[in-house]
Amino acid sequence: MAMFDLSLIWAVIIGFGVMMYVLMDGFDLGVGILFPFAPDEESRDVMMNTVAPVWDGNETWLVLGGAGLLGAFPLVYSVFLPALYLGVFLMLAGLIFRGIAFEFRFKSRRNRHWWNRAFCWGSAVAAFAQGVVVGAYIRGFPVEDFVYVGGPFDWLTPFSVLTGLGLMAGYALLGATWLILKTEGALQEWAYRLAPRLLLAVLGVFVIISLWTPFVDGAVRERWFGHLQLIWIFPALALVCAGLLWRAVRQRREGQPFLATLGLFFFTYLGLVVSKWPVIVPPDYTIWDAASDPGSQLFLLIGVLFVIPIVLAYTAWSYWVFRGKVRPGEGYH
Amino acid sequence: MELDPLLLSRLQFAFVVAFHAIFPVFTIGLASYIALLNGLFFKTDNPAWDRLALFWTKVFAVVFGMGVVSGIVMSFQFGTNWSNFSLAASNFLGPVLSYEVVTAFFLEAAFLGVLLFGRGKVPQGVHLFAAIMVAIGTFISSFWILSANGWMQTPAGVELIEGRFHVTDWSAAIFNPSFPYRFTHMVLASFLTGGFVVAGVSAWYLLIGRDREANRKALSMCLWLLLVLAPTQAVVGDFHGLNTLEHQPTKVAAMEGNWERSANTPLLLFAWPDQEAQENRLEIGIPSLASLILTHDAEGEVPGIGEVPPEEQPPVWIVFWAFRIMVALGLAMIAVALAGLWLRRGGRVYEHRGFLQLMRVMTVTPFVAVLAGWVVTETGRAPWLVYGLMSHAEGLTPSLTGGMALFTLLGYMAVYAVVFCCGVYYLTRVVRQGMLPEAAHDGEVERPKRPLSASHVPFEDASSQPGRS
Repeated sequence: MAMFDLSLIWAVIIGFGVMMYVLMDGFDLGVGILFPFAPDEESRDVMMNTVAPVWDGNETWLVLGGAGLLGAFPLVYSVFLPALYLGVFLMLAGLIFRGIAFEFRFKSRRNRHWWNRAFCWGSAVAAFAQGVVVGAYIRGFPVEDFVYVGGPFDWLTPFSVLTGLGLMAGYALLGATWLILKTEGALQEWAYRLAPRLLLAVLGVFVIISLWTPFVDGAVRERWFGHLQLIWIFPALALVCAGLLWRAVRQRREGQPFLATLGLFFFTYLGLVVSKWPVIVPPDYTIWDAASDPGSQLFLLIGVLFVIPIVLAYTAWSYWVFRGKVRPGEGYH
Repeated sequence: MELDPLLLSRLQFAFVVAFHAIFPVFTIGLASYIALLNGLFFKTDNPAWDRLALFWTKVFAVVFGMGVVSGIVMSFQFGTNWSNFSLAASNFLGPVLSYEVVTAFFLEAAFLGVLLFGRGKVPQGVHLFAAIMVAIGTFISSFWILSANGWMQTPAGVELIEGRFHVTDWSAAIFNPSFPYRFTHMVLASFLTGGFVVAGVSAWYLLIGRDREANRKALSMCLWLLLVLAPTQAVVGDFHGLNTLEHQPTKVAAMEGNWERSANTPLLLFAWPDQEAQENRLEIGIPSLASLILTHDAEGEVPGIGEVPPEEQPPVWIVFWAFRIMVALGLAMIAVALAGLWLRRGGRVYEHRGFLQLMRVMTVTPFVAVLAGWVVTETGRAPWLVYGLMSHAEGLTPSLTGGMALFTLLGYMAVYAVVFCCGVYYLTRVVRQGMLPEAAHDGEVERPKRPLSASHVPFEDASSQPGRS
């Protein structure tokens, strides 16, 4: 067993799961955030239809990640959840409401406006709460002897509100570029006009956070302005993606904007990971401190290594089956 | 008044888990029933079986969907409200609960889709195979959940070092002493629930004279099933009780309302346990019967609640009365199953309106019995979270305040009220529409991860849909 660093393997698995979740649930939450601003009700039908076949598979990664954390890094589970107690509740309530809105909106006419609201507010609240988690994670948690000792609202700071709004804008950008890919006509044109504005908002938050973080966290400052020059490649690549996105939207490309946004998220995420690595419960606990027993990690690893390829194959198949444009009148009625 | 985060967290957990439990306890039984119906259709080619299978698959889809939604919260509760417990027990509970998730995903990704949407698109044998795999999957899920719960009741295979449990023997921990009894008791309860719901709905259809052939078959099948299962459950329950007597004597003492260890202990039919006075007010019992049931000897000794100090006792009246509700409903189920057998003579069972009405009413009893049973076992182990090793208070999240716990308790109640009302309202519409041939639907996107899309019943009455021609 000493041959493998199980904690390292698990860190890669959890890191991969979180990234998959952010990228995939990101665009369908984004579509929900953009929902009330859509040109008309028919556009809303189309918007929902673009994500209806895949959104629940996307949320699979959240549950898999949560369960994996309890199994592999229980300290993360037992510090983050108490520290973010009220935020976690809001996120779950948001996800539940938007989940049932998917089911009942299309079965409903008289009450459709209520399901519209549930879908939009549920998505917005869940996205904001997830952004707040990022902010709170960057700031770190007061932990003594493996137990969270902070107050109920420690997570709610100007910094975390900013990251919350930033992630909402980021998800909305993912949603808009997804709509560019999946729709056509007036709705697509609307998404084209929206994308650059959302990109500016995202970049604004990106810059503020990048300047702010080194001030709130000495370890991060040390990491970025120390001798590890190589890591500057991540923010640089994120900015390249932003540039590509800008150009692709101007040229009215259909697939490139979404891919560039995925890249923007991916490299920002990597930048965040290298800022903290190997700390998983900031400011003090590393992945090895947070780990469960090697026997427990190994026991769970067997099952997870078996199921992840299946989930990936299933996901790929879902997206393949539902490839192409979604047109008004298709799908639900 | 000071809000107590411990009490509120316990209430919240009880509320969420009780609300959630309603759905899986039904779907576990129903999944097997659907597999059976598909098997019968495969073997006999009688379209009545197919119609029944199709209808109950639709119901299954809606209930399964609600179970998934309410279950998401469960997986976060351990961390938000019981973080000390989560961390301490994570070496065992983490993998075990994760395996439940892994199983569920595997099941959904591979087989649920084929069961819900593959009818007519895949060969009949493949469809039947998927139905069987879904049924097996529900058992595997409950296997892991009950293993986790059983371990908390009768911990084994672990070592407690510096406040953390370390697994020393995985099979001893997973197959802990109370697990086999718990699992059997729960699986039978699921079958009884599925049986009574199917019987009740079939009885209702017979009362209003709809699709007689299929519903007679369904009712008859269920009554045979219940005739076997209801008495079997009583026997299994007895064994489960004996196991509890061995490992958790105080719980059994509370179930019996017996305050001091005694021989010739009466079986109390009625009592008002007074925790402060450590005695019962006003008790009516059958002499020596409790001794006879628990030790199979009228002279046998039954443990007393008072053998542990008051702070280590569970709230006796809850355990005492929840146990009586469960047993009374179990006996009523046996009686109804026997009545069904009696009425079979001359086929009156399908015509007797009183009996059909009774079956309709009985639909709710297994749900109440299951919840009462869980109240007995969960309240009965108080104040222990991990029996004898970690108390509720020790497991609680230290940073949790009463106000936070109250806020989320009310919040989850509100969220679940909406989910439950929509779900049950929609379910009644599905049932009311019944086994009518399905209206052609215009290519709705049907996905296995979205079980509700298997049902095409509109949310409101057609008259309220001006847009629909």
